[in-house]
Amino acid sequence: MEAISHLVAQGLNADDQKAANAAIGAGFAYGLAAIGPGIGIGYVVGKAIEAMARQPEAAGMVRTTMFLGIAFTEALALIGFVVFILLGL
Amino acid sequence: MLGLEFPNINEVIRWQNIFGSFNKIALIACLAAVIGSLIFILGNAKDPMKAPKGVRNLAETIVDFVDDTVMGTIGKEGLVWTPWLIALFVFVYLCNLPGIIPFFQMPATARMALPLFLAVIVWVVYNAVGFRHQKAGYLGHMLWPPGVPVAMKPLVGLIEFVSNIILRPFSLAIRLFANMLAGHMLLVTFALLSEALFQAKTSKFALVPMGILPMFMLIFLTAFEVLVGFLQAYIFLILTCVYIGQARQGHGDEHHDEPAHAAAH
Repeated sequence: MEAISHLVAQGLNADDQKAANAAIGAGFAYGLAAIGPGIGIGYVVGKAIEAMARQPEAAGMVRTTMFLGIAFTEALALIGFVVFILLGL
Repeated sequence: MLGLEFPNINEVIRWQNIFGSFNKIALIACLAAVIGSLIFILGNAKDPMKAPKGVRNLAETIVDFVDDTVMGTIGKEGLVWTPWLIALFVFVYLCNLPGIIPFFQMPATARMALPLFLAVIVWVVYNAVGFRHQKAGYLGHMLWPPGVPVAMKPLVGLIEFVSNIILRPFSLAIRLFANMLAGHMLLVTFALLSEALFQAKTSKFALVPMGILPMFMLIFLTAFEVLVGFLQAYIFLILTCVYIGQARQGHGDEHHDEPAHAAAH
């Protein structure tokens, strides 16, 4: 990451350099924040589909719980997105 | 160097004042409140003995939907909260919807003020419900799930306090706000990209039809936003129900094992 900012920094004044670093940081912040929740949501939905396929009569209950699980998992990615907005734009 | 210049965030989400400090966000929020109320006032004016149609049909569908959600999360005792939850759900949904309506093109919940305010209302309500139903025991039940070893109590209490009192309203607000803002930004990005590619001049003739591709993505994302707007209102509703349900009965069913609490129920 330092190498990238070093490349970007060549021929820029201090303000531009700061903005470039912030933009790079923002990109990394969102990318990293999306990894965990991505895996997590995939897991939650996959298991929910498995449960619904095994017991279609419980689908309504499973769906409600699935949305709850998604909502909690997704919050982390969204905080990453907010950081991305705060840093980068 | 770049093909298109992405506008500053303030240009994307900040709107001019129509009069005073009343801008488009406030207009959408007011319209959502008025339209939401009108659906139920007009629906209620119809004769309940006849088969429902039109506005009344819509109102009954919404009531049924929220009723089912409440029954699934709080249980039968939670039905007293249905009117309030319907107002919350309809308001959030009608604030999300303008994100895809032409000329509005902005979800009112994509600004932090509205989700934060709603989350604070929910926070006050579920804490009040907790104190009303469990009296002073609410704090103890909230901080320590049954069966926590004494040595772990300070740590667990701290974690539960932070997660229940501070993080809950914060994450409730952030979830709604960031989802709607992300959707809005995606739509802006692809709209700008379509425009830039339509106007781009290239020497390779084969690249010209490619300009249509972001347009398809824009249409797809607009359809996706219809889903997201509803889903976020639904998730806001479910989470509110779950928080109220937890505040009513402490930590789920474990309490029924303890004789002291079983007597109280």
